[in-house]
Amino acid sequence: MAVRVSEADFDVSEEMARLTGDDTGIGGVSIFVGKVRGEAGAEKLVSMTLEHYPGMTEAELERIEAEAHRRFNLSASLIIHRVGEFKPGDNIVLVITCSPHRGDAFGATAFLMDYLKTCAPFWKKETLVSGTTRWVEARESDDEAAAAWVSIGK
Amino acid sequence: MTEKQSTGETVLRYFAWLRERTGLSEERLILPADILTVNDLLLWQSRRGHPFDQAFAKPEAIRVAIDHSHAKPAAEIGSAREIAFFPPVTGG
Repeated sequence: MAVRVSEADFDVSEEMARLTGDDTGIGGVSIFVGKVRGEAGAEKLVSMTLEHYPGMTEAELERIEAEAHRRFNLSASLIIHRVGEFKPGDNIVLVITCSPHRGDAFGATAFLMDYLKTCAPFWKKETLVSGTTRWVEARESDDEAAAAWVSIGK
Repeated sequence: MTEKQSTGETVLRYFAWLRERTGLSEERLILPADILTVNDLLLWQSRRGHPFDQAFAKPEAIRVAIDHSHAKPAAEIGSAREIAFFPPVTGG
C-alpha cells in the first residue's frame, strides 16, 4: 500500500513494475490514469491548478486505500495524485491495484477513484482561453458514485 | 501541542475560494467558549464582519475538517487543534 502527493509526473510502467515486483501471486493489475481535459464546458482550457491540504490529503488517501484493502482481495496498491499547475493532456492521478483475480482489481480501482473524488481534499482551478479563472464545482454524480458503494457494502 | 492546549489557541485554515475570499491561508486564535459545534463555528464566521461575512454567507457550500478528518455540521469542536474550511473537493 502506498500513497504519494507530488508535483512530479509519473511513469505508469515504471510504477507498475515497482508495485508488482516479483509477486507471482498477482494475476491481474488494474490501472486508472486521470488527465486534464482541454475543454471546460463550452470553453477551452489554458491551464489547471490543483491545490490540496497537506497532511489531511495523505491521511484521507491512506484511509480510503485501507478501506479498499478491506473490501477487496488486493495484493498491492498505489495512489499518486499530482498538485501544481497543469496543461491539457497532463496526468493528474494514477491508481494501480493488483489482485490474484481481475474482479478485485477492477472493483478496487473504481472504488478508490469514486472515494478519492469525494473525500480527498484537492481543489481544481481552471484558467480559460477567455482569461477568466474559476474554481471547478463538485459534481453531484461523483457523490452518487461514492454513495453507491455504501449500499453495495461487503 | 502542549503550548497550544495551554493557551487554548486553535489554528483555522482556509483553502481554495475560501482562502481567496478571506485573504488568509491560516490564522491562530482563541475561539469563543460558546462555540461547541461545526455549525456554531460557521455561524460565528458569518458574523465576524468583512471579509468573513461574504466568505461564509453560504455555509451549506462549505465543508469542515477537524484535525484532518471530515466533520459534519453537528460535530463537536471539542479540543480541536486545527480546523479547516473549504469547498466540496474536486480532485481526481
